[in-house]
Amino acid sequence: MRVGLFVTCLVDMMRPRIGFATLKLLQDAGCDVVVPPHQTCCGQPGFNSGDRESGRAMARRFLADFESFDHVVAPSGSCTGMIRCHYAELFPEDPALQTRLNALSARTFELTDFLVNVLKVERLESAFQGSITYHDSCSGLRELGIKQQPRQLIGRVAGARLQEMDKPEICCGFGGTFSIKLGEIATRMADNKCQDALTTKADAIVGGDLGCLLNIEGRLRRLGDETTQVLHVAEVLAGPEPDPN
Amino acid sequence: MQLTSFSFKSNVRRKLIDPLLQRNMKRFGGRFVEARAAVMTEVDNLETIRVAAAAIRDRSLANLDSYLLTFEERARARGTEVHWAETAQDVNRILIEIAQANGVKKIVKSKSMVSEESGLNDAVEAVGIQAVETDLGEYILQLAHEPPSHIIAPAIHKSVEEVAELFSEKHHTPRSTDIPALCREAREQLRPHFLSADMGISGGNFLIAETGSVVIVTNEGNGRMVTTLPKIHVAITGIEKVLPTLNDFSTIVRLLTRSATGQSITNYVSMLTGPRQEGDLDGPEQSHIILVDSGRSRLLGTEMQKALRCIRCGACMNHCPVYQNIGGHAYGWVYPGPIGAILTPSYVGLENALDLPQASTLCGACQVVCPVKIPLPELMRVLREKSFEQGLRPWYERLSVRMWRGLANHPRLYALFTQLGVRVLRVLGGKKKLLHRLPGLDGWTEGRDMPAPQGRTFRELYRKKHS
Repeated sequence: MRVGLFVTCLVDMMRPRIGFATLKLLQDAGCDVVVPPHQTCCGQPGFNSGDRESGRAMARRFLADFESFDHVVAPSGSCTGMIRCHYAELFPEDPALQTRLNALSARTFELTDFLVNVLKVERLESAFQGSITYHDSCSGLRELGIKQQPRQLIGRVAGARLQEMDKPEICCGFGGTFSIKLGEIATRMADNKCQDALTTKADAIVGGDLGCLLNIEGRLRRLGDETTQVLHVAEVLAGPEPDPN
Repeated sequence: MQLTSFSFKSNVRRKLIDPLLQRNMKRFGGRFVEARAAVMTEVDNLETIRVAAAAIRDRSLANLDSYLLTFEERARARGTEVHWAETAQDVNRILIEIAQANGVKKIVKSKSMVSEESGLNDAVEAVGIQAVETDLGEYILQLAHEPPSHIIAPAIHKSVEEVAELFSEKHHTPRSTDIPALCREAREQLRPHFLSADMGISGGNFLIAETGSVVIVTNEGNGRMVTTLPKIHVAITGIEKVLPTLNDFSTIVRLLTRSATGQSITNYVSMLTGPRQEGDLDGPEQSHIILVDSGRSRLLGTEMQKALRCIRCGACMNHCPVYQNIGGHAYGWVYPGPIGAILTPSYVGLENALDLPQASTLCGACQVVCPVKIPLPELMRVLREKSFEQGLRPWYERLSVRMWRGLANHPRLYALFTQLGVRVLRVLGGKKKLLHRLPGLDGWTEGRDMPAPQGRTFRELYRKKHS
């Protein structure tokens, strides 16, 4: 099975190790993974800021980079949601292009969804010492129905204990450019999320979207918490890897 | 209602540090959310009913002109006078004409958000007519000289203690925080007004085209007093509220009350069809209805039309994490929360409410609970597109969006830029790998650190590994 890895711009820039963890998980499950070298961003930041052209340009680019694969996988519910739910509707004037985008969207998956529902992964090599509380990122949850998939996989990590927080489904306040444009509201929402997460006394806050994780970690550190880990689910599932730096 | 939606950001700043509001919003918290979730379990085919409800609203809107004319004809046949108000000012003018023609001195009002749009109370008071709000929440706000902060629970931003202070001060009674006692006190104050008013004003949850009826869905009973005791009843509502048939209403009401307060049905559902008829025991001598456009028809036939499906349940604001933190007043007009972020710019002009469509993380919680399936995030995005296209957003925002688009569309340039950027940020992040300040990103760093990047991009690391 040839799988194209869409690493996403945030992971590319901020946390390459999430990209390598994703790569490892897919390869361990027997996928032939290819990383198209010219991939960049899904276009969502511009699209949600009101620039449709950002979405259209990135949709065309995505099609050129990934159409040849059996499947495309991204370690993000947000970017996958952009592709699956919004790309085709950006081209009402071009039904042929819409058909191609729809076909590709149907083969594009968020990482945990792909591992559980397509690869049907039963075993993971990883281990994690401690308790985890899981934050459901909005796009993955509401656009793609990702809820049980990450929990099921974390349940297969040796040593990992899942400790649910109150209201895991409420938004953390990231919202892409919202977190900068309306930073004060975003900070308050992040505060509430940190509170709910810290109440569980979990060792790590884990989620499937790096944007939310940066928002949560950024608030935690500002509040002086230096110990609670904030991790992407791929890092937990793949286990610790030597830092490629 | 006075418009302050253009200063949303400073409104927000004030509300976030208002300890009383913050405490009251926390207390209110998830009460409606939990009540809704509990009562929805009674409905075993919720999704089917939502689809049907959305279809009913779409059918009503697609043929709005003919349903409205049918409504007018049937309502007139039952003796109701139908008035058409194109603008908010027209609403006030028509209402004052009716009042003055009948020598009205005092009006009792049941809740009408549409009358907030035109600032009706101030307008009638300016011509010497007293208007008394009789919904408990609206009554409290009228005493406190505050606007509503929620469409179905207008005084939700106030605590029992605040109401106790207010009543004690205005009614000259001993202070009590016992809720039933406060309700009794309000009732005692209002009863003489009901009996002495010459006119009653209500809103209208729906207009039924086939019968010419106005439907009001309420809990407190004052709605019945307002619409039957005074000799004149005037209902004021938006033109989009029409439903073709009673059968359609029976579908919609199953979702309305459950979505709103989490009740299977409210205490009162009233169908008002004309003035007192021969042989009726009660009812007004005159029945009027003012059908208000005030910006609604502009949305018809556009991508924004779906916003007119709204049945004013308030579920979107109850479930909105932004609303929960800032309350309704910050939105600066009649309709707060996600639906307000769409209706306010649509009715008062995008340039007067520029930040409202941005006031959402697009988390989608509102869309999931909307009983008529309004795609609220999508509509906010449409308004963001209009703002962007019309150049209404700040120059630096437009520039950065265009720059990012340019970079993302040129992979080599993107690689160069990101490789350089992450190295610089990594160094600036220091030992703790945290950035405390980022020029241009103050919105982030005022309240949060930015975890520093690892220092190399995935693409370059991967290339090195595989070359």
